[in-house]
Amino acid sequence: MLTFILRRLLSAIPTLILVSLFVFTLQKLLPGDPVQAMAGEERDPAVMEYLREKYRLNDPLPLQYVHWVGNVLQGDFGTSLRTEQPVTVLLASKLPVTIELAVLALIIALVIGIPTGVISAVRKGTSVDYAANVFALSGISIPHFWLGILLIMIFAVKLQWLPASGFVPLGEDVGQNLKTLILPAFVLGAGLSGVLMRHTRSAMLEVLRADYVRTARAKGLFPRTVILKHALRNALMPIVTLTTLLFGELLGGAVLTEQVFSIPGFGKMIVDAVFNRDYAVVQGVVLCVAIGFLLLNLLADVLYRLINPRLRTA
Amino acid sequence: MTSIATHPSAPLNAPSQAPLREPLRPRTRSPFVKKFLANKGAVVGAVVLIIFILAALLAPWIAPHDPLKANFLAVRKAPSLIYWLGTDELGRDLFSRLLWGARSSLLAGGVSVAIAMVIGVPLGLLAGYFGGKLDAVISRIMEALLSCPFLVLAIALGAFLGPSLSNAMIAIGLSAMPIFSRLTRGQVLAIRHEDYLEGARAIGLPDRWIILRYVLPNVLSPLVVQATLTIASAILAEASLSFLGLGQQPPSPSWGSMLNTAKNFMEQAPWMSIAPGVAIYITVLCFNLLGDGLRDALDPKS
Repeated sequence: MLTFILRRLLSAIPTLILVSLFVFTLQKLLPGDPVQAMAGEERDPAVMEYLREKYRLNDPLPLQYVHWVGNVLQGDFGTSLRTEQPVTVLLASKLPVTIELAVLALIIALVIGIPTGVISAVRKGTSVDYAANVFALSGISIPHFWLGILLIMIFAVKLQWLPASGFVPLGEDVGQNLKTLILPAFVLGAGLSGVLMRHTRSAMLEVLRADYVRTARAKGLFPRTVILKHALRNALMPIVTLTTLLFGELLGGAVLTEQVFSIPGFGKMIVDAVFNRDYAVVQGVVLCVAIGFLLLNLLADVLYRLINPRLRTA
Repeated sequence: MTSIATHPSAPLNAPSQAPLREPLRPRTRSPFVKKFLANKGAVVGAVVLIIFILAALLAPWIAPHDPLKANFLAVRKAPSLIYWLGTDELGRDLFSRLLWGARSSLLAGGVSVAIAMVIGVPLGLLAGYFGGKLDAVISRIMEALLSCPFLVLAIALGAFLGPSLSNAMIAIGLSAMPIFSRLTRGQVLAIRHEDYLEGARAIGLPDRWIILRYVLPNVLSPLVVQATLTIASAILAEASLSFLGLGQQPPSPSWGSMLNTAKNFMEQAPWMSIAPGVAIYITVLCFNLLGDGLRDALDPKS
């Protein structure tokens, strides 16, 4: 197992190098001279030269790349041009909010997606199955941000049960925190539950045809036992890996949801950075997200091996 | 040994006065068409999409008002007989803007998927057909691109390229490209050792010819399905980028940017939020239904 993890980590290195090259090239392709922007109105040649030296912009490009990667390896992802805070500090303050939102959304998605998937597989071809499929496809097709707007109009504007936007940190007040996050988490989770439902359904249909399920039925076990203990357990295997990968997608979806609900997470940070032309932040975020995504991929592979005994010895 | 020419229906000693006309056969629909037509969701999706595409094409003629002309005497009017879906914060007719907005949404879906396929499919063909170092390089690059969530990548690219509809299409196309490269590569790997390819190689056909005439047609149907489903995600992505202000720029209408403005008037003019959202939802839903239907109809196993 350990050698497997090591091998997978090693194989992620070329991908990481490519991602870093990609991010570095984006930075260099940017229109405009960053030094001119930093030097202020006067554009004193001495100041500009000093800045060029300071940020090593006079070095040849490959050397600049090596230097930049060296910084990244030491945990220095650059500094926000606007707030002059290190990108890592910014990320550390924003990411927990997004992760909490993503975890809540994932819970909602699992609670809705897996049972509906199981039910629609067991009742294949009935109106229940049909309704579940329509629901799942709608969840996939509906624009997150629009669903968010609709829910705000219903629950915040009309019924006034929940706040329309804003955010209370978890550490301050748990109840208020959940109140501000429940709508965005539902918005994010709804789309995901559709994906999960479709995958659970097809995995269950596959498993329900298996011989051991027929045997379990033949020996007179309760249908519920057969479905939950024999079928679902095996059908869940691909779902576990899928869920790990979907967590990465959630980060993408969070960008829009946070924008609609004005939640100060990492998604809102990247959008604000884009509009403030704070490219250092955009870059740092893309790199961090890519690293996180690669780690999630690794986790998915490891989990799959752990829960699938047939692959354990490989 | 049997010769290929001796087909049971064409005996070599057939009488020369045999009728040249083919025997009349009952008209049969191909199994693909039959399966597709049996899928009600897919047919509904296709019909609705055709209507939407026609509406987008005919927008200049069927839109009741000018989509860009502000009318400060009719600001934020609720839906009525004059303004079917109401007006926005500048008094522009929402129905007309919706029709014109359909152009940017459908165009963005089609063009970005075309960009993704034009780059992704050849790369996948090369990686799958030649294998080896070329495959390793292409696959690593695709992995690197895939290691960033679709939307985050599209936002980052859109940000660096600058906000406009065409840049949004390029950003979405580039972000979706690895999907096609990977799928094509996998399909090519699956058929690489089929007899007809070995045969084509054995008679010395050039690789370019084999790839275009033998490989591509045999990997096409999963690509068509994927293209349909990716148009759905591309339309969602364009709406998302426009919603964030990175797509179609005002005053030109797009469904995403209409929602962006509408969210500021949720209390005063809720109708502004309804129509563009419903339009995106139905379009994406129909592309998904169509894609699912095509997949089931093209799947030889079902």
